Amino acid sequence: MRRLVLIAIPYVWLLALFLVPFIIVFKISLSDTELSIPPYTPTLDFSAGWAGFKEFLAGLDFENFVWLTEDDLYWKAYLSSLKIAIISTVLTLLVGYPIAYAMARAPQEWRATLLMLIILPFWTSFLIRVYSWMGILSQEGYLNQLLMSLGLISEPLIILNTNTAVYIGIVYTYLPFMILPIYSALEKMDESLLEAAEDLGCSRFSAFWLVTVPLSKQGIIAGSFLVFIPTLGEMVIPSMLGGSKTLMIGKVLWEEFFSNRDWPVASAVAVILLLILVIPIILFQRNEQKQREAEG
Amino acid sequence: MALDAFAPWEDPKAEPVIHFQNVTKRFGEFTAIDDLTIDIYEKEFFALLGPSGCGKTTLMRMLAGFETPTEGTILLQGQNIAPIPPNKRAVNMMFQSYALFPHLSIWENIAFGLKRDGMSKPDINDRVDEMLRLTRLEQFARRKPHQISGGQRQRVALARSLAKHPKLLLLDEPLGALDKKLRQETQFELMDIQEKTDTTFVIVTHDQEEAMTVASRVAVMDHGKIIQVSTPDAIYETPNSTYVADFIGDVNLIEGKAAAKDGDKLHIAWAEGQPEIIGTPATEFSNGQTVHFAIRPEKVSISAEKPETANALKGKIMDIAYLGNISTYHVELPGGQIIKAQTANNRRLSRRTFTWEDDVWLSFTDTAGVLLER
Repeated sequence: MRRLVLIAIPYVWLLALFLVPFIIVFKISLSDTELSIPPYTPTLDFSAGWAGFKEFLAGLDFENFVWLTEDDLYWKAYLSSLKIAIISTVLTLLVGYPIAYAMARAPQEWRATLLMLIILPFWTSFLIRVYSWMGILSQEGYLNQLLMSLGLISEPLIILNTNTAVYIGIVYTYLPFMILPIYSALEKMDESLLEAAEDLGCSRFSAFWLVTVPLSKQGIIAGSFLVFIPTLGEMVIPSMLGGSKTLMIGKVLWEEFFSNRDWPVASAVAVILLLILVIPIILFQRNEQKQREAEG
Repeated sequence: MALDAFAPWEDPKAEPVIHFQNVTKRFGEFTAIDDLTIDIYEKEFFALLGPSGCGKTTLMRMLAGFETPTEGTILLQGQNIAPIPPNKRAVNMMFQSYALFPHLSIWENIAFGLKRDGMSKPDINDRVDEMLRLTRLEQFARRKPHQISGGQRQRVALARSLAKHPKLLLLDEPLGALDKKLRQETQFELMDIQEKTDTTFVIVTHDQEEAMTVASRVAVMDHGKIIQVSTPDAIYETPNSTYVADFIGDVNLIEGKAAAKDGDKLHIAWAEGQPEIIGTPATEFSNGQTVHFAIRPEKVSISAEKPETANALKGKIMDIAYLGNISTYHVELPGGQIIKAQTANNRRLSRRTFTWEDDVWLSFTDTAGVLLER
């Protein structure tokens, strides 16, 4: 009995917080938009009984999903998001790996402080941090002021409201998610492995490539998924730092919901996004599983 | 001694494979190696023995190339190795932690160094198979390091470091992680492999028994200096200082003053009211000079009646340590000095002659102990 209760708690949790909301979103995606509250039809009316339920089912259809294939905005937004997510993940890896490496090689007494510095920005609101990037990157912003006062440029750079600003924002926001798993993989590594590699004829660089990189592979994979998955559906960064040309599915979703008030189409976009994300999430889980087995 | 005994260090014409010339290594204020000069010869099994922090690991890391001497030179076959980086040295090291690559199979671990040399595939295959046979690991070739036992990992580490035919193999506490029984078996295996491969081995250890078992010569180190270099039996029987005598095995140390000479014998006055100890000095002692008399417990006999030997001391048994094959008696002399005496337990325990509080006589010949200046 106790066992049953223990197992039931996480299932009830998942059911209430994941499955039920998903079913509601899925149901809305099958509905039609309407100027009312809520802004879609049909709605389930329990008082009408079985006949009411049958009528409710008859009102559902897949036309919103068909619509997604007809208007090229959507698949272009999906592809563009995919591209931005992949490029940002690679950029975050390129910036994050050296930081994680330096942290793992830092003296023991410094490591906790360095970790703290990585986590510290999370204590401030994400929104405020993105706003401050607007202040830094805008034409009269700190970055341009600095570069111009140093005489490096004569015209202010246009960064804000371009894809560059979106990449900067994403790399900045998701960097800790890349650093932490790579750091934990590198920190566990026995340094005598590098000496052994050198002893057996490796140069410093080939020792890094043949030993350090393979041993931090799980961390790289985990970090990449942790950046890629949320970036794919990212909404705040592209809408605040990106320009009108920055097309991301999260932004489209937001606009469908709040500007267009077309909840059914927005829900359909969300359902497809979820289906796209299921693939990397499953791959991520398998990577975690493999890592546990390797350590076991 | 056998006619063809292996002793190149006694041959003045022999060229050492390793020559340390006045090597000093400092880490900031700390002197790890202090003006050290030593020769190691080809095919030797050379043990560096000492307590932790005595500099033995630093010495080995300088040979591997992970540290460079602050002063002095190290020659490998007559060539100064200071400017040669570790990956270009014909020296390989077996690490204390084994440092096996966890992401590679046993086969790939052993092949790692060979691949870096750009060896051809069939040659690599042959060499790895040979190493697997030598270390009896054939059936584990495809496993990963975490899928085999500690003893097997130790053999993989050995195979990997031997695969490249090093001129010199360095072993850093190679058996430290194994349990006692396995360690003893592995010691003999290590000697076999050293003989089969004709490689010069330098082993670092803090375990004196291990050093004595495997090595052709042992260097006892302390505070960055080599105190004595000699064969295991010479180190044990004729230590050059109380430090060595005390570090290797069990010893009774008695401090006294040189009293009178009697031919080649020396009388040592060591306590009021006690008979003088008679010993055979190897060096000259002037009258009244401090003498440290060192004698191994197994060379002290214990008896109920006063025996007819050069030295006989009366005492009382305080403690008996029964170790199975031998028993160690702690005997207190009237002055309070404790002398350890060991006897082999040739008989069953129930027929033991002595027990606690028994008055006994301790005796030893005039050549049983060593007389040391310091």
